[in-house]
Amino acid sequence: MRRERVPIVVLVPAAIGAAFFILPLLGLIVRSPWRDAITALTAPETVEALKLSLFASLSATALGLVLGVPLAWMYARVEFPGRDLLRALTTLPMVLPPVVGGIALLLAFGRRGLFGSWLDSTFGITLPFTTAGVVMAETFVAMPFLILTVEAGLRTMDRRYEEAARALGASRWRVFTRVTLPLIGPSLFAGAVLCWARALGEFGATITFAGNFPGVTQTMPLAVYLLLETNQNASFILSLVLLLISLVVLVGLRDRWLGSA
Amino acid sequence: MRNRFVLFVSAILLAACGGTGGTASGSPSSSSLSGYINVFAAASLTASFNALGISFHQAHPGVGVNFNFAGTPTLVTQIEQGAPADVFASADTANMTKLTTDGFTSGASQIFARNQLEIVVAPGNPKGITGLADLAKPGLIYISEGPTVPAGTYSLQALATAGVKVTPKSLETSVTAVISKIELGEADAGIVYTTDIQAAGNKVQGVQIPAADNVIATYPIVSVKGTKYPDVATAFIDYVVSATGQSTLATFGFLSAA
Amino acid sequence: MTLEASIRLALGPLDLEMELTIDEDEVVALLGPNGAGKTTLLRAIAGLVPFRSGHVVLDGKVLEDTATRQYIPTERRPIGFVFQDYLLFPHLSVLDNVAFGLRARGTPRRAAADKAVEWLDRVGLKGYARAKPSELSGGQRQRVALARALAPDPRLLLLDEPLSALDVTTRAEVRRDLKHHLGSFQGIRLLVTHDPLEAVALADRLIVMEGGRLMQTGTSAEVTERPRSQYVADLVGVNLVRGAADHGSVRLTGGTAIAVAGAESGEVFAVIHPRAVALYRRRPEGSPRNVWPGRATNIELMGNRVRVRIDGEVPMVAEVTPAALKDLELIEGGEVWLSFKATDVMVYPA
Repeated sequence: MRRERVPIVVLVPAAIGAAFFILPLLGLIVRSPWRDAITALTAPETVEALKLSLFASLSATALGLVLGVPLAWMYARVEFPGRDLLRALTTLPMVLPPVVGGIALLLAFGRRGLFGSWLDSTFGITLPFTTAGVVMAETFVAMPFLILTVEAGLRTMDRRYEEAARALGASRWRVFTRVTLPLIGPSLFAGAVLCWARALGEFGATITFAGNFPGVTQTMPLAVYLLLETNQNASFILSLVLLLISLVVLVGLRDRWLGSA
Repeated sequence: MRNRFVLFVSAILLAACGGTGGTASGSPSSSSLSGYINVFAAASLTASFNALGISFHQAHPGVGVNFNFAGTPTLVTQIEQGAPADVFASADTANMTKLTTDGFTSGASQIFARNQLEIVVAPGNPKGITGLADLAKPGLIYISEGPTVPAGTYSLQALATAGVKVTPKSLETSVTAVISKIELGEADAGIVYTTDIQAAGNKVQGVQIPAADNVIATYPIVSVKGTKYPDVATAFIDYVVSATGQSTLATFGFLSAA
Repeated sequence: MTLEASIRLALGPLDLEMELTIDEDEVVALLGPNGAGKTTLLRAIAGLVPFRSGHVVLDGKVLEDTATRQYIPTERRPIGFVFQDYLLFPHLSVLDNVAFGLRARGTPRRAAADKAVEWLDRVGLKGYARAKPSELSGGQRQRVALARALAPDPRLLLLDEPLSALDVTTRAEVRRDLKHHLGSFQGIRLLVTHDPLEAVALADRLIVMEGGRLMQTGTSAEVTERPRSQYVADLVGVNLVRGAADHGSVRLTGGTAIAVAGAESGEVFAVIHPRAVALYRRRPEGSPRNVWPGRATNIELMGNRVRVRIDGEVPMVAEVTPAALKDLELIEGGEVWLSFKATDVMVYPA
């Protein structure tokens, strides 16, 4: 098979573009103090931040699934007035600067917030400075990824399978759980993983809304930011860990993310 | 009732009347200094240094002064990572020592101000805080600066001296971050500098800490190595430690350098 | 047990108005060209397509009635549906596919699996329980689809073009099996097809649809012997005209009169078999009173016969031998005379 030569006009910018992304990763790998890696990774603050990050990001993903899949279903299957506007609003966090998201969350769920003040006065519950607050901040920025992916999956699936299931006597719930969900499985999985990765890396909204305290609200990205001032080597190692996780996610999902929908 | 605007204006008037201090040309109108400096200053110096910058520029019209305010350790990291700073004003000596030991300073540092701590609460003091001991009240949301921020270390010291055990709900990156959370109503109390409370005007209220428990913070200032305009940097530092600079700082609530 | 449906609906370009009554003792096929609305009607009976007005009553029980606003959703109707593409759930094994309807209706897992295995055996797919649908051939998938629809013991079996997805050789074999299963099914059986061979082979009664309307209904013999639409006439391969009969003459819409034997009167259909149409190079003399000139627009060799389509006052298809064609020296576009005897015209009321 004869391969066509790539024009220089394409090759040069493409190479520069590739270098732009590869160099930072290389920089991290090369400059990371590998000898101190084990100490850095096993230090109590790191372990705390890691555990918290995992817990919060997985919780955010779970919350994203519980709330996001029904939303995606509504967008894909139900015609209702204002659907496009609602869809735009729930996708907004994807383009909003995370800090802005954090501020918005404060104004809604902070102690003096629209809803938060009611929570405080009625139940004495405050969300900032709690792990729940972290989960909320992460869900806010990460759920749109899940919604979009699942909605695309629902739109492209062959709906006749649902008819076949109904004709066999399946209730609407059964159709959803035994037929629809398995059929959109790949999209669901991709959406959940993207949501999880985004939640894991969330910083701006977290530090603004939830604050920063080890074990409670200090997630990995926050820890990295602060370690930069106190223990640079540890911050490099942790950054590498986060970067590698993101890389694995993207490489593993590349077909889903770029291919389908 | 402290009015920030009034303070600002009086500071400017003071500076205008006071003229320039320090070296270089002696006459205010014919300063030949020119150049451009970036001053990296601790967050607690925001209001005062902005005022100093304006009056310094009036004395030396050929000079531009840019400020970067943040928590002191953040500034140290930035400078060590190559950020273009010409002058560094720290909120404690520990961070200054770190920068010096790491070889980023030029010349000896000088103490130009001192500060002390004060408890900050919402206007009207709704939770009725009277002293450090009240910070441990159950249900109270107390936040602090992180342990590497000077104010954070000082807070811990003050609390230890007073024998109060309390865990902050969050470790913020600077005093200004603590103040803003109090302003927003998200937290009930924090420990910041007296000057911060003054600068925030009627958006917050202060509760004094007795001298026995209080900590005096010393602020050193230094030229950063590699500055393109060493004359301007030196001139600015001299201005800050001059009588004029010192009285400006005093109006913002700082204690004198000595 | 009876299925009684009267449905009026509009779907895109289709405007459908149909009534049908089916007993459990006959297999009925809905036959018609593409776009006739056959599949839509089937789906409407299943409850998958909303209709403007009408009702569906199965065994005395109202499944849907727009007048009284009653509607039983598809999943609660005792139906079995075999889809044109089978729609076997790709993520489930063959066994789970067949057991799906049973599980959906509450049968415990064990019992459902047993029944499913039984059915797989019955359709000749013993041992395929663990296979995935993608691993099966077309014919095998059709059988799984059938087993899946029948396993929950439905009372109404609906089949949408059950054989059209198969290639010709598989089709014959599967058709045999399907006929057997249809025969042993104790309920109402309604299938949709555009293939007349399939219809005739599988069904006892045909309902011919065109443009959303009923054209004709009867046994395959009745329908093919007395077509009532051009579609069926084309399927069967006869000439069909319609006109007003009056003592030995049928006046067509164009004004032409055909001589017929018989004393019918009123609106009638007239069928002339292509073999009864004779071709001449010149105007023939003699007895046939039905003689017209025409132009041969299409000549097709079909086995040992030749079909000639002739355009003219009365468009006809004639069937002659290759030898006769040679004698006529007839080519496409050539002029020719056709004639047929009055006694060869079959007339029946429209």
